[in-house]
Amino acid sequence: MSTIALSAPALRRSPVRIAVWAVPIAVILAVVPWVMDSYRTIQLAYGLIFAIAGLGFNILLGYTGLLSFGHAAYFGAGAYTVAFMVKYLHVQSMELFLLGTIAATLLVTALFGYVCVRYTRIFFSILTLALSQVLWSLAFKFFWVTGGTDGLRVPTPKLLGVVAESEDKIHFLSHAYYYYVLVVFVVAVGVMWLIVHSPFGKALQAIRDNETRARFVGIRIRRYRFVAFLVSGVFTGIAGALWVPLNGLVTPDALVWTFSGEIVFMSVLGGFRNFTGPIVGAVVYNYLKDFAVGFTVYWQSLMGVVLVVLVLTLPTGIVGTAKLLVATARRRRSQ
Amino acid sequence: MDILVIHLFNALLYTSVLFLIAGGLSLIYGVMRIVNLAHGSLFALGAFVTASAVGQWFAGSTSAALYLLIPTGAFAAAAIGAALEPTLLRPFYRRPEEYQLLVTFGILMILEDVMRFIWGPYPLSATTLFEQMGSIKVGEFIYPRYNLLVITIGALAAVFLWAFIYKTRFGVVLRATSQDMRRASALGVNVNLVYIQAFTIGCFMAGLGGAIIVPGQSAVLGMGVDALVLSFIVVVIGGLGSLDGAMVGALIVGLLREFAVSTFPELELAVLYLIAAIVLLLRPAGLFGRTT
Repeated sequence: MSTIALSAPALRRSPVRIAVWAVPIAVILAVVPWVMDSYRTIQLAYGLIFAIAGLGFNILLGYTGLLSFGHAAYFGAGAYTVAFMVKYLHVQSMELFLLGTIAATLLVTALFGYVCVRYTRIFFSILTLALSQVLWSLAFKFFWVTGGTDGLRVPTPKLLGVVAESEDKIHFLSHAYYYYVLVVFVVAVGVMWLIVHSPFGKALQAIRDNETRARFVGIRIRRYRFVAFLVSGVFTGIAGALWVPLNGLVTPDALVWTFSGEIVFMSVLGGFRNFTGPIVGAVVYNYLKDFAVGFTVYWQSLMGVVLVVLVLTLPTGIVGTAKLLVATARRRRSQ
Repeated sequence: MDILVIHLFNALLYTSVLFLIAGGLSLIYGVMRIVNLAHGSLFALGAFVTASAVGQWFAGSTSAALYLLIPTGAFAAAAIGAALEPTLLRPFYRRPEEYQLLVTFGILMILEDVMRFIWGPYPLSATTLFEQMGSIKVGEFIYPRYNLLVITIGALAAVFLWAFIYKTRFGVVLRATSQDMRRASALGVNVNLVYIQAFTIGCFMAGLGGAIIVPGQSAVLGMGVDALVLSFIVVVIGGLGSLDGAMVGALIVGLLREFAVSTFPELELAVLYLIAAIVLLLRPAGLFGRTT
């Protein structure tokens, strides 16, 4: 019941009120390469890419109520698609990479989704985890195709048909490529916003809140879950494709299930009950991890402590907690 | 023919260890409905503790003393389990499953780094016991005796656990709590205590799995994560929360893996997952699972 109350204000929110928030944030993101150093800009590009993955992940967890612990599979599928296109087809164009990735991740998610959406709750989580490990083991074992743990190198791609020559790579990544990522990110946010506020998105939320009632209303539950799974996988795959040129290298680590756990971590950090939660979570997580890695070699345990404390004390995440604080402050003022 | 016997022994060796890990995972899920993602790390911890006890701290002791030291890893894992359950897991039983998975994932991240901190990044082995026991002749092949000991321990553990759960008073309480926690609580069962005990036993089994394999192979970082994923296949095939299922699942995975490794090693994991997927499509709750 409470979830219905939470999503109701989103319906009444006018485009003007969204613009009040979105436009200044977009302007800030657009000027970042000119005010921050290239290292921080590249970190932000990583954050935005993970935000796309988080958005994709969250249509399953936040809107359909399915917790996937295997989203690294789709991220890695996207990344490896790009690497294969470079190695075997000698493609350089980023647009072709994205198209190829969409096709490849659709195939993988359709295959995995067919099995996984038959289940819900804990079984869904275990199955997605287990299936993602199949891809990981294949990438690991077929080293003559995938390069094994050495991975595959991916050179600087052509953006919109333009070759980035004469520039050094850092400058390219922190300017031209950053803007490319930003544009894809904005499009992804827009598309996802439309999806979750469409009748399809509402149907997913109905399934999440009460499966039996949703079935009574005439929603074909398994088909809706399957489509949500496809959308989720493709978004995450696009994130993987954008990530490869930035990272320059793809290894089986992009497919391993602990990375899936990191995607879950990001979404919960931001708050998966909110549309913007995974975006905020991904950007914050990326800076947090960057800080932790620079601070100690045992960064993983530091992140583990953050995760345990987070789920113990702030289960609604950053955005959820912020909204709660704002709502409390408003109520106090009106009294 | 002899090579078949060797393969069978290998499969049973693998089955024993897998049963200990997956059985613990399944027991914990069966009683408290939590999938413990840190379970594999407790298996690794058992391996590391036994490896340092046998190979470093008491390396000079008599071999009889060393055999008695093997279970130290299991007790260490059990102690950590007994400490974790009341502090970090108890607040999550009434919360959605996402949070339970996440908190155990956080524990996994912490435990993996704690092991890296204590034992460093290099493999740790304690092969004296393994070498001391020598090997037996199977036709023209030789097979290490220690591996046969592991198979025996795995089988004994399965029998003890079965007797413990189906033949003792504590087992009755455990099963009652598993079936209906509220009613058991209303009838006077101290549910919190049962939860600690079940979690501790589960962790003990995982630790024992790590402890008994360590004389035969080294303890390495990351072994826990691999073991967790394999035990997921076991419980998916056998049915989550069922000990019979864990036994049969471990046997299926043990046999299939041995077959796959010896014929087409690249597809080892893929074959296992394929079997798991087929079982799930035919029997959604696994071979021995309860459909709830």
